[in-house]
Amino acid sequence: MTETSLKKPNLRIFMMQGNTACAEGAIAAGCRFFAGYPITPSTEIAEVLAKRLPQVGGNFIQMEDEIASMGAVIGASLAGVKSMTATSGPGFSLKQENIGFAAMAEIPVVIVDVQRGGPSTGLPTHVSQSDVMQARWGTHGDHGIIAFCPSTVRETFDLTVKAFNCAERFRTPVLLMTDEIIGHLSEKVELPDPASLEIIDRWRPTVPPQEYLPYQMTDSDIPPMANFGEGYRYHVTGLAHDETGFPTNDPVKVEQQLLRINRKIDRYRDLIVEVEKFDTDDMEILVIAYGATARSAKKAVSLARESGIKAGLLKLKTLWPFPDKEIEALYKPVKKIIVPELNLGQMAHEIEWAVRREKPVIRINRINGEPITPSEILAAIAG
Amino acid sequence: MDYLKYLRQDKMPHIWCDGCGHGIVLKSLLRVIDKLGWDKNDIALVSGIGCSSRTPGYVDFNTLHTTHGRALAFATGLKIANPRLHVIVVTGDGDATAIGGNHFIHSARRNIDITTIIYNNYIYGMTGGQVSPTTPTGKKATTTPYGNPDAPFDISLLAAAAGASYVARSTVFHFARMDKYIEQALTKKGFTVVEVLSPCPTSYGRMNKGGSGVDMLLNQKENTVTIEKAAGMSPEELQDKLVVGVFVDKEQPDYQSHYQNVISKALGATK
Repeated sequence: MTETSLKKPNLRIFMMQGNTACAEGAIAAGCRFFAGYPITPSTEIAEVLAKRLPQVGGNFIQMEDEIASMGAVIGASLAGVKSMTATSGPGFSLKQENIGFAAMAEIPVVIVDVQRGGPSTGLPTHVSQSDVMQARWGTHGDHGIIAFCPSTVRETFDLTVKAFNCAERFRTPVLLMTDEIIGHLSEKVELPDPASLEIIDRWRPTVPPQEYLPYQMTDSDIPPMANFGEGYRYHVTGLAHDETGFPTNDPVKVEQQLLRINRKIDRYRDLIVEVEKFDTDDMEILVIAYGATARSAKKAVSLARESGIKAGLLKLKTLWPFPDKEIEALYKPVKKIIVPELNLGQMAHEIEWAVRREKPVIRINRINGEPITPSEILAAIAG
Repeated sequence: MDYLKYLRQDKMPHIWCDGCGHGIVLKSLLRVIDKLGWDKNDIALVSGIGCSSRTPGYVDFNTLHTTHGRALAFATGLKIANPRLHVIVVTGDGDATAIGGNHFIHSARRNIDITTIIYNNYIYGMTGGQVSPTTPTGKKATTTPYGNPDAPFDISLLAAAAGASYVARSTVFHFARMDKYIEQALTKKGFTVVEVLSPCPTSYGRMNKGGSGVDMLLNQKENTVTIEKAAGMSPEELQDKLVVGVFVDKEQPDYQSHYQNVISKALGATK
């Protein structure tokens, strides 16, 4: 955010890149701790927060590696401070073990992955969407996960806020799966007044400390969370634990807790899943896209409409939990489904499941660092 | 003093073997905390993975048992987010200086206000006796059946070189010395390290003819020399000797004092 805008808080229109919008969204959501490690193409998020967080009384720290960054944000959140880290492919791989810890110990944190080409060091400065399955299954063990995916600068801001709200509400790590194009894209954006935003904070215990169960089987499936240092002295571990938080090998208790951390995401999927529809009412051809690719898809659909082809777009803003119900509600009347994505069909596979293979799912895939163009998608629509 | 008021008695018995020195370290830590009169609510005890890292489960503080090697990373976030907490990390030689070695040296460089107590037993005990970064050259472990071909780390010298404000080493046998060092470490601002040599008769002792836990304690008694005395000894004389004492005790601003300057400048820039 520029100095000018800071001095004139009423002026909320900016020329801003996605990574800056992510940083500003985090601050608006109440993030006051960021730990990170430099990695292209996410570094601007760290740079902006290094400047901005101390201005709002928060803390920024550049840690010694990606693993430490992930550990530090979990520690800070456990002390009650909303926390975020940001990275890209190789760093996302390194963070996985501690993301699993956050899922298991139910610590709210936000992890941003500005996707670039892989595997390995891959294409550091080029776009990709090839981490979307890693987002779902990257760490060992079974657990629910929430992942959002913006395709505009404004959505980056909004979904960062939503990521924090979901992390706090559901006591879980939340992923923002943006990409190199959206992260580095500068566009005109009007940001909401921070005072107008709905901000959700974690559910805190009200019982006396001796009655507190940090992993209580509540009706909501979400146990209240005490912050360290507030009088609730409890134990946090990545080991399988019971309601008290202490390790157990009791198969009944282990299963009870593990099923709950999966169920707590599934049952609230309607609050989490967000999609956007364009021209879907009378469509005969459905394009499903997300992230940077959704921009090309939107253009392709409007070009198709101009030439009289009834195409529509479903843009996925939530990747996990997967928007299966939203796809099921749309696909019956269409002749075919087109899924462009910058990987070898990671979400197309999921979409084929959602439509029970009743419709042809035509994949447009690219993994060379270049985006998929509107004309390529249009050709598939017309073909 | 009443140790029991600090223990989660329903979590006993603990997992440590007969003859293990780790319980002696825990007792020393509790004695010092009791002497200092710290409120249990203000203490966060953080660990990684291993025998030593099971300590937090047994004590009635805010306790955090993290992933292998990463205790200091978690502890750093915890301390920055709530500077009022006394953040103490308990860790082992493998946890702190193998898988967690990077976090250890960077925590020292950063001089974050955390005390780290390293229970050094020269071995990976929990997984059954594998070689660690402090296993002396030539000694046996399940993964060095012909003797360790590696050179060991000197943890205290490593911490000193990396910039810690306070570094001391004791054996568990010399418990009064251990108490003193832990007290000095806990009350000093900045990154402070106490390396405690703790016998592991079950794994290290068994494979290296160390004898029982008592034999290993007596070995500590016989073979310990202070830094001051060691200064006048030849390398041959120092062979197999355990050098104990305060390696570093210096005044320097901790990480958060530096970051206060960052906040002041940032706030100044917005005015």
